[in-house]
Amino acid sequence: MATAPPEANVLLRKTAGTRRRRAVSRAVDVVCTVAALAAVAVLLLVIASVAVKGAPALSLRLLTENPKVSPFGGNTGGIANSIVGSVILVVIASVIAVPMGVMVAIYTTEFAPPKVATGIRFALDILTGIPTIVIGVFIFSVLVVGAHQSGWAGAIALAIVELPVVARSDQEVLALVPRALHEAGVALGLKRWRIVLRVILPTAAGGLITGAVLGVARVAGETAPLIFTTSVFSNLGLTTNPSAALPNIPVTILSLSESPSPKDHAQAWAAALVLIVFVLLLSVTARAVHERSRAKLRG
Amino acid sequence: MTTSTPTPEVSGRDRNPFLARTKLADKLGERGLRICTFLAALLAVALVVWIVCKLVHSAWPAIDRFGLAFVVHRVWDPVTGQFGALPFLYGTALSSLLALLVATPVAIAIAIYLTELAPSFLRKPVAMLVELLAAIPSVILGLWGILVLGPFLGNHLEPFLKSFLGWLPLFSGTPSPYGMLNASIILTIMVLPIITSVTREVFQTTPVADKEGALALGATRWEMIKLVVLPQARPGLVGAVMLGLGRAIGEAIAVTQVIGNAAQIKASLFASGGTAAAQIASDFPSANPGVWQASLIYLAVILLVFSALANIAARLIVRHGTVR
Amino acid sequence: MNVTDSSRSETTATVSGHEVVAEHLNAYYGAFHAVLDVTVTFPANEVTAIIGPSGCGKSTLVRCINRMHEEVPGARAEGSITLDGHDIYDPAIDVTTVRRVIGMVFQKPNPFPTMSIFDNVAAGLRLAGAKRGRDLHDRVEQALVAVGLWDEVKDRLGRPGIGLSGGQQQRLCIARTVAVEPEVILMDEPCSALDPVGTLRIEELIDELKSRYTIVIVTHNMQQAARVANSTVFMLDGELVEHGPTAEIFTQPKDERTERYVTGKFG
Repeated sequence: MATAPPEANVLLRKTAGTRRRRAVSRAVDVVCTVAALAAVAVLLLVIASVAVKGAPALSLRLLTENPKVSPFGGNTGGIANSIVGSVILVVIASVIAVPMGVMVAIYTTEFAPPKVATGIRFALDILTGIPTIVIGVFIFSVLVVGAHQSGWAGAIALAIVELPVVARSDQEVLALVPRALHEAGVALGLKRWRIVLRVILPTAAGGLITGAVLGVARVAGETAPLIFTTSVFSNLGLTTNPSAALPNIPVTILSLSESPSPKDHAQAWAAALVLIVFVLLLSVTARAVHERSRAKLRG
Repeated sequence: MTTSTPTPEVSGRDRNPFLARTKLADKLGERGLRICTFLAALLAVALVVWIVCKLVHSAWPAIDRFGLAFVVHRVWDPVTGQFGALPFLYGTALSSLLALLVATPVAIAIAIYLTELAPSFLRKPVAMLVELLAAIPSVILGLWGILVLGPFLGNHLEPFLKSFLGWLPLFSGTPSPYGMLNASIILTIMVLPIITSVTREVFQTTPVADKEGALALGATRWEMIKLVVLPQARPGLVGAVMLGLGRAIGEAIAVTQVIGNAAQIKASLFASGGTAAAQIASDFPSANPGVWQASLIYLAVILLVFSALANIAARLIVRHGTVR
Repeated sequence: MNVTDSSRSETTATVSGHEVVAEHLNAYYGAFHAVLDVTVTFPANEVTAIIGPSGCGKSTLVRCINRMHEEVPGARAEGSITLDGHDIYDPAIDVTTVRRVIGMVFQKPNPFPTMSIFDNVAAGLRLAGAKRGRDLHDRVEQALVAVGLWDEVKDRLGRPGIGLSGGQQQRLCIARTVAVEPEVILMDEPCSALDPVGTLRIEELIDELKSRYTIVIVTHNMQQAARVANSTVFMLDGELVEHGPTAEIFTQPKDERTERYVTGKFG
């Protein structure tokens, strides 16, 4: 097979700017890759800062002792009360928000006429979009005005933030459950409520749990709902009664961060390390399980 | 053979107490589930309405006193009882716009990387890492802003910018660890993951046939993206930016930690300023009930309105644009 | 170019015609061997049809010719494909040039959805080098005339391309392809999404186009191959089973497998 002379090769003939076009496309490739690297770098930078600065101040004492005010000011104790307080707040918030989120999701997928379902989704979207500081102000006006700060107020504020996260995730999950399961239940002669409770929910259980985990990850680090509702503490010891303001990690970090003392800063980093590890682990787990349960439901 | 045992017939079933109880349980269960879930949904919707009403009500002393002029009044002085939102609305607008200006192109670039460039084993991990940026609690980002970013800005970046670009009003003024620049950078980090993840989803819906059509015509990868991917992504992109905007204007904690919380409007990015959300966070604990507190709640109402608008706009634009 | 082989009995290549030759072509999707050692010549200014059951590798073969195959992650091709003797996989050439010179029309019409009729046809031209005004307009018009669409759309060039009927959209895509003056046109089942009227018009168009381009058409419709193609290639399980003048393939196939396929015994 004779090869034709290269000058006649139309493929080698560059039209106006072929080289330039290829260079531009390659440049875009580089820019986009750099952008992705930069975003990951920022994430790692923040996490590394927290780890590097928080680890030295992290100690068993910090985690298990309550604050002790030294004569020179500053805390020579730990942040145990904040940890306990945060746990209590998140637990109460989740006990309110998770079941409610599941029920809202069940209502929109099982019972609501399409227009109503859209309206509810719309309301949930608005709820998601409300700045958390505004929710803090709202709960303050309703529960703290005329009374006093309390763990209940803080937890309810958190629940309002958590609810749409859980509800939206659960809606997605329930919508993925195949209609065939419904029909199988009907064919067996089951009434709808039994179908939902005995067939649909168990099938979606993994996804519903992920929804709850997503909700917890969302509110565990929230500060704004708490700064007007559970931020002023009467004593420094361990408080577990939600009727009083409960110390908590986010508010503690906030006040430590605004202090001029480097010792306080060190404690802030340590507390931040505890919080960020918790939140990131939850987030990663939730996302991984979310992917898997969605794949399972679909396939 | 004589037939003796009566077979259970309809009448017999009615008299069977076990089956009767089951029917009652069914009725109760059905109605119960319907009612419970309906109440939950109703409460969710009612909550939104309640929030709006309660806040307007609590803000009323200020709304009544200042009216809409609140939005343009420049002075915020609790001592003399003058409250004007302009410095904070300006700060909110400026910091959010700067954040979006930087985050949007970066988000588009990352989305292009994730959908077109990344090897398949890297896609999900990198996407997840970018999304994790959104999971960082804002108080921790603010802590980082005060103790890590702040000194870097005050001691290195801002003097550098001032020496080269100090003739621009934006970079005049005294370098400082706190201020508008710090806040804008923090906000950029916060909105980037949101815009990226929505944009990435939108890019992924580009039909393969359209992309192949462009490539078969002799387009380079970037030309294919320009011809096919970006045009069809336009509505979704706008929605993504709107969602990012909503996030940026509502962020209180991290901003209040780094912005300096000064009720002033300055041209320089190095100067302290304030945003509506940050001002609420910083002033509220010390504001005694009265006009001061009501003014802060008035700020909250304004925030509520704008973030709701941003959210609604995002939904509408996305729905309108993608309905073919 | 005078290559003698048994498949080219009737037409003689014109000097300006362009011939595509594949030699020992192997194509893979990851570990899956989709095209097995195929050697075939697509003669200049002729229509060659490729027929075969689903999954036989005909689309893959054709996508190697304009190097679209390599866009699939994990896909690769080995062997040689030459256009007029020039290797299209030569590292010195740019793949976008290959694709401009060897155009492709797809199974489902894919006009750019956000663009007008005019912009669709002009898209390739603008890529290859910005042309403005009169020159661009003339070339768009020429392309639309060549596919027989000009009279139907000349008053609505600004309207969206996707507003046309299926058959019109496919002719729009062909116009888009010929506007950049390729030498070869590849067609991957171009009529399977169209109704009989649309199909007929495309087939008539193919007959007109072959005087200017070398055409390779993948089709699962044997009657279509009989109508439009000078020669036909039959593929089965990635292998080239037989290649000959269309009439021979359908009436006197040399291979038993070809005979089974064209008589409908399978596939």
